[in-house]
Amino acid sequence: MPLNLLKFALSKRHPEPPFFRQPDYLNPSYEVVIIGGGGHGLATAYYLAKDHGITNVAVLERGYLGGGNTGRNTTIIRSNYLTPEGVAFYDAGVKLWENLSQELDLNLFYSTRGHFTLAHTESAMRTMRWRAEINKKMGVESEVVGPETVKAAIPQIDLSCGGRAPILGALYHKPGSIARHDAVAWGYGRAANRMGVHIFQSTEVTGLEIRQGRIHGVHTRRGMIRTSKVLSAVAGFTPRITQMAGFRTPIVVHPLQACVTEPLKPWLNTIVVSGSLHVYVSQSSRGELVMGASLDPYEVHSTRSTFDFVEGLASHILDLFPFLAGIKVVRQWAGMADMTPDFAPIMGLTPVKGLYLDAGWGTWGFKATPIAGKTMAATIANDKPHALIHAFRLERFRDFELTGEKGAAAVGH
Amino acid sequence: MKLLNCPINGLRPLSEFAYGGEVREPPLETSDAQWVDYLFNRNGAPGIKREWWYHVPSGTWFIAERDTGSDQVIKTYLWGEV
Repeated sequence: MPLNLLKFALSKRHPEPPFFRQPDYLNPSYEVVIIGGGGHGLATAYYLAKDHGITNVAVLERGYLGGGNTGRNTTIIRSNYLTPEGVAFYDAGVKLWENLSQELDLNLFYSTRGHFTLAHTESAMRTMRWRAEINKKMGVESEVVGPETVKAAIPQIDLSCGGRAPILGALYHKPGSIARHDAVAWGYGRAANRMGVHIFQSTEVTGLEIRQGRIHGVHTRRGMIRTSKVLSAVAGFTPRITQMAGFRTPIVVHPLQACVTEPLKPWLNTIVVSGSLHVYVSQSSRGELVMGASLDPYEVHSTRSTFDFVEGLASHILDLFPFLAGIKVVRQWAGMADMTPDFAPIMGLTPVKGLYLDAGWGTWGFKATPIAGKTMAATIANDKPHALIHAFRLERFRDFELTGEKGAAAVGH
Repeated sequence: MKLLNCPINGLRPLSEFAYGGEVREPPLETSDAQWVDYLFNRNGAPGIKREWWYHVPSGTWFIAERDTGSDQVIKTYLWGEV
């Protein structure tokens, strides 16, 4: 248990002091400027300070901390990917997660649940087998199980899915976990701020100062900052930043929607995903069912949510769990997912010297928060891509070396 | 429910349509770099774009001019009409 939680419980002084203090003014210059105050940006700031001693850093956020995709995902953490590059990267991430509450001295509600990816067809079973073998070779706990194992872990499930899509088996990933997503942003932000990192909310970037192919500064609504190193960690806003920087990427933005039900007594202890039914569901520590589906089918740069989405998702959830028919959905929302053609991120250097990219996080970014921060901090400090992210470089498209992660990155694509 | 105006069938629910991506012209004579750019890179920033849309029940491909920031459709027409 985080020591801080125990101290807080015994203390008479409530509430806690603010997580960070925002300076009144931007400094005229910083060693590193990070655009985007979500989990990835704040984690990068934290590891820049902790691992590399670089504390003269500003994090610029157009809204509020963790208000973008960090606070809009369904918080699933796992490493049962399909490509060796992906498995190695996400597994290094899971190892950072396991100790993160202690490291940040904040209860992240990190909860290891086990993760079932259901297969309803023979071809899905083949993909599960493929993923399990790659995972095992890489030392990741992952195995194919039969329907009886699924039923034993989740007695409420209808294995026939209403007769429409019988469950043939599943990929079971024991380390699969969930966490409280906004606490991740706050935890990294507070820890970075304590080491001297400046965090500015309501500070939108309006332009980049680029001369002779090199970054010299950032224009914001609160004035200009001179700097020689800039990280863009802005998820769905990435195409606007790369447009300012004058280069093109394969990223297109589609909304990804999610919703939660009213709180229920604990009944679902695992994370359940079905690619064929386009759903994933887990029960939060508050008892709500957190549910998501596949991407909206066309490009929109907005966080609007639709009735069509809840209607479609509910019908698929009822195929799995018919007893939920009377349960109410209490909130729904959307995030702007920055999708890439191979369902892998785009990380590392860019054609503009001193400008780094942490993007293309589509529907799979939350679980990568710690490892993306750690590897991007090393990449920025050394001006050289970290070995774990070589496969995710922007030039992989030019080199025709795509990282085919489509079979494992999400559902229904 | 959101509606889209098919140039042949009029206003129909969006669920009857499929999205075909931005209208793009392949480069005829080209270098490797231009070909890679055409193959992978996209105009990802929000704005008014010309897009292919498909009315599934009637098999009609057509063009929609749509603001991808606000999701407002400005006009729809058959290929070659405007």
